[in-house]
Amino acid sequence: MKRLNLNVVSQVMIADNIFELTVEGEGVESMKVPGQFVHVRTGEGFSSLLRRPISICDADTANNRLKMVYRAQGKGTAWLSTRSRGDKIDLLGPLGNGFNQDVVEAGGKALLVGGGIGVPPLYYLGRKLAQKGVAVSFALGFQSSKDAFYIEKFKEIGRVAVATADGTIGKKGFVTDVMDKFTAEQPVVFACGPSPMLRALNHKTEGLNAYYSFEERMGCGVGACFACVCEAATPSGYVKICSDGPVFKKEEVSI
Amino acid sequence: MNRLNVSLPGLEMKNPIMPASGCFGFGKDYAKWYDLSLLGAVAIKAATVSPRFGNPTPRVAETESGMLNAIGLQNPGVEKIISEELPHLKPYGIPVVANIAGTAEEDYMEAAEILSKHELVSVLELNISCPNVKEGGIQFGTAPEAAARLTKMVKKVSSKPVYVKLSPNVSDIREMAQAVEEAGADGLSMINTLIGMRIDLKSRQPVLANKTGGLSGPAIKPVAVRMIYEASQAVSIPIIGMGGVMTAEDVIEMMLAGASAVAVGTANFANPYACPEIIADLERVLDSMDVSHISEIIGGSWKPCKTPSLSR
Repeated sequence: MKRLNLNVVSQVMIADNIFELTVEGEGVESMKVPGQFVHVRTGEGFSSLLRRPISICDADTANNRLKMVYRAQGKGTAWLSTRSRGDKIDLLGPLGNGFNQDVVEAGGKALLVGGGIGVPPLYYLGRKLAQKGVAVSFALGFQSSKDAFYIEKFKEIGRVAVATADGTIGKKGFVTDVMDKFTAEQPVVFACGPSPMLRALNHKTEGLNAYYSFEERMGCGVGACFACVCEAATPSGYVKICSDGPVFKKEEVSI
Repeated sequence: MNRLNVSLPGLEMKNPIMPASGCFGFGKDYAKWYDLSLLGAVAIKAATVSPRFGNPTPRVAETESGMLNAIGLQNPGVEKIISEELPHLKPYGIPVVANIAGTAEEDYMEAAEILSKHELVSVLELNISCPNVKEGGIQFGTAPEAAARLTKMVKKVSSKPVYVKLSPNVSDIREMAQAVEEAGADGLSMINTLIGMRIDLKSRQPVLANKTGGLSGPAIKPVAVRMIYEASQAVSIPIIGMGGVMTAEDVIEMMLAGASAVAVGTANFANPYACPEIIADLERVLDSMDVSHISEIIGGSWKPCKTPSLSR
């Protein structure tokens, strides 16, 4: 993990207020583990101090290119969305512990479940698992068609089932409504999304090996400030999402 | 020649900079980013006698030029801090400021007695100013009599110098500073955070689960500078200044106000290299001010005959 100063290659709005930011430069070569995140400065000077944790959506480590997909929903991410080619992005990374790909062997099956802005890290993970020879399926949930992204790109990697809350694409409902056909195959489950989704998912993954990536408001992003703690079945009774996670085995953390 | 070393009771510092308590964990997280021996000292996260889990999340929120936090003194307790956290700091050979907090006077005394005996602990910092825990010490930090009483009791059991960390949430900081000085405090550290709140327009509710939180960052620096300016003239014990320090210039400003050393807090979150970068930049600022040694500027804003002539 280092502080990196990366060049913006492109900034594209790929859904309603959802942006795909591509940056390049030295340091990206270390971003080899899907599920890790970068901690991004979202302002100049001292008016905006707290960084924003953004997951690695894809990394081309040979060419030092990093893709982040994020929602512009507050002042900081709105500022980030105005950065364009030629600008620099100050980020710390890679941070945290990502998805352990060793838990599924070549020839095995993996189900990747994502909701909303929890979907991006599953792209890098799916791509890596498929490369390794794992049969990958995706269950993706969005609010509405205007919020959906990357569906075609996921289809290039594996089977895809989509749910939207308003039924504008895929099945009307939640991600848990479209995954039974996949869970029946006893896959290893990797998920990222808001806590209500992970709670609902927990009922569907009974008896399955499952790993969840958690979201929480962070301060330092490196384990020092104790802002992003979560109750857990560890000796200390808690984990820090930023430095112990953000990915945990489902039994480890109280959802 | 070292132009940056400062000397305070129990703290021989090669430069005046230390990370502030609560903003640096117990050091090992930032030790992955740089060599901690570069620091003048390190202040560790508040210790309580028993482990504390802290407040529900969200615990932090950004504000204009600052942030709110309501962590709630989460820590593993004195025993675990001694067995699992302090040993990591040994290789760096820098003074350690052990911040202690509690609910009752007995808690402070127990924590003070145990921690002050530890070979790696240089001084204690009495946290009577955490705004985020009911009965978390702030009751001692807003009444001069209670602060003095607690200081006296801790001084009795501590084998190391005791600094008292003052709250800005008081009407007269001089009165507080004098009360703890008379009670035997070896130094002051100031300021802790100001109590603040943010409300989310969508949910129409406070952003923090604890509702209120402590405001820190550059937004509070002028308050800190004013309070250090006032307190340093009212007492003769040294002050560790803090509150929104981001740059070497900010350090100099705090010292001109009357601080003898300076702690860096929120800046660590914006930039993990904040402390070493500030330290590396101090001599440049001293040069620009024609100052040969940093200790010359302590209290320079109010001490007579130290102001350079305007022609310079």
